[in-house]
Amino acid sequence: MSGEPILQVQDVCKSFGGLRALVHATFDLPEGEILGLIGPNGAGKTTLFNCINGIYAPEEGRVLFRDQDITGWKPYHVARLGLARTHQIVQPLEELTVLENVMAGSCFGHEQRPLREAEEIADEVLNFTGLAERRNQLAASLNVAQKKRLELARALAARPYLLLLDEVLAGLNPTEIAEMVEVVRLIRDRGVTILIIEHVMHALMNVSDRVIVLDYGEQISEGTPDEVANDPKVIEAYLGDPKLAARFMGED
Amino acid sequence: MKKQLGNPGLWLALVTTAAFCVWPALASNSAYARETSFTILKAVAFASSLNILLGYTGYVSFGHIVFFGLGGYVGFFLMDVYGVHLAVAALAGGLSAAVLAFLLGRAILRLRGAYFALATIGVNEAMRAFIKNFEPFGGPIGMTLNFRVYQSYGGPDRALWIAYIATALLTILVVLVSFLVKTSRFGLGLMAIRENEDAAEVMGVVAPRAKTWAYVLSAVFPGMLGVLFFFKNGNVEPGDAFVLHQSIEGIVMVMLGGQGTVLGPILGAAAYQRLRGLLLVSTLFKNIQLAVAGVLLLVIILFIPAGAIGWLRGRFPRLRRVLI
Repeated sequence: MSGEPILQVQDVCKSFGGLRALVHATFDLPEGEILGLIGPNGAGKTTLFNCINGIYAPEEGRVLFRDQDITGWKPYHVARLGLARTHQIVQPLEELTVLENVMAGSCFGHEQRPLREAEEIADEVLNFTGLAERRNQLAASLNVAQKKRLELARALAARPYLLLLDEVLAGLNPTEIAEMVEVVRLIRDRGVTILIIEHVMHALMNVSDRVIVLDYGEQISEGTPDEVANDPKVIEAYLGDPKLAARFMGED
Repeated sequence: MKKQLGNPGLWLALVTTAAFCVWPALASNSAYARETSFTILKAVAFASSLNILLGYTGYVSFGHIVFFGLGGYVGFFLMDVYGVHLAVAALAGGLSAAVLAFLLGRAILRLRGAYFALATIGVNEAMRAFIKNFEPFGGPIGMTLNFRVYQSYGGPDRALWIAYIATALLTILVVLVSFLVKTSRFGLGLMAIRENEDAAEVMGVVAPRAKTWAYVLSAVFPGMLGVLFFFKNGNVEPGDAFVLHQSIEGIVMVMLGGQGTVLGPILGAAAYQRLRGLLLVSTLFKNIQLAVAGVLLLVIILFIPAGAIGWLRGRFPRLRRVLI
């Protein structure tokens, strides 16, 4: 299933003022894999995405995509290499139609399609993501679940090699989550490598081949979903240290 | 391209321009009708150009008249001093405006929202101050076209008609370009920038480049328009070339008709100029006609921010194919 690394993150550091948001993040993502990224709020997950796709330039370290050093590149240059992403907070082009949103993904992303071809691709992607009926609606008129799908459709229309998914399940109800998980799997089956941030733990554990756990910008654990779920460090990061808590209680 | 030319929205825009703006002057063949029509055409061309930046790209330029003024000055200088033909002068005027926009684009299009708007005002005022002290362009007095220049166009009367026809053709061209931009891949990129510049960049839109070209495109035609206008006027001076309130009137016209649509600025410009014509001859309003423009802008922004065409598009989605 997995092959050569499509993405290599090496010693990436990023801080905001005194806050160290990422501390030597390092991992390889083999082609064809779904890699999950979890961690408590503020752990640096989205910052890591931003360092990969060029929104931030990392202060230290390198990011390699398909053996090319893309550290410090602009987002649009990264996009053109075949890396697409969705946003945690959906960012639809509100006054454009759903179709136009997705066409823009195809026109300006990896494949740089002309308008007419982009329309065909967009229609195909809209069918795939279940938005075909909304085709001519303004993006502003969609509900949250549909907007999440639109984010995904727009990223997919670029036909990327690598897809960064930032909490595409947040805010969805259980049925919608199940549907979305299925869509994510289908995307992988089409040969797209996926790096996914998610808080909906059971869904993430279900869909990922491997999981990385971040806490205060540091990678505290890495492995298969089972390994990670049983790692005491991970449990501590999420729930706090049970022993420490007991000791404080004793001192009182 | 073929598919685009079959678009009813394009023909509606072109026919509207031709029928309401050009035809009355040609039919009556009177100098008065021609002057009225000239004013309207100038407004339509200016508003449609501004719309490429304001409506499609979402960047508000409060100093757009600087391109009109600079182009006018450059073309006028070439005609007056070197005896260059009007057509060549108009191209040179357009080119100079484009070059200015390109250089400015690199510098100030990095600013967003109000900061960009403020910078554009600064550019207009700086340019006026510069021209005022630039002796080759006549300094504060400006330049007056030698009467003999008109002779080479077959006398003043014919020269004025030539300037008028050229303005009409230029306006048609602007409308066509506006439509082509709106329905192109480039235009989709601009609208993506307007809706959400950060998201557009993540999708792969090279925003700095797209914005610069939008700015250049929206500057070329006002530059050419300036040459035609001041050729017709016979003289040019700093106070006439860089009138800040004309920039603002441009914004009013775009907003009134509907920013980001092809038809909107055409209707907005025609309607605003008609209104202004009425106000200027009314005893009550003739001194406060600019205040009316201000109130109008306020009312539009408060109640129909999408403008007339935008409102119709929202109200009747079926009309979207035509009201482009």
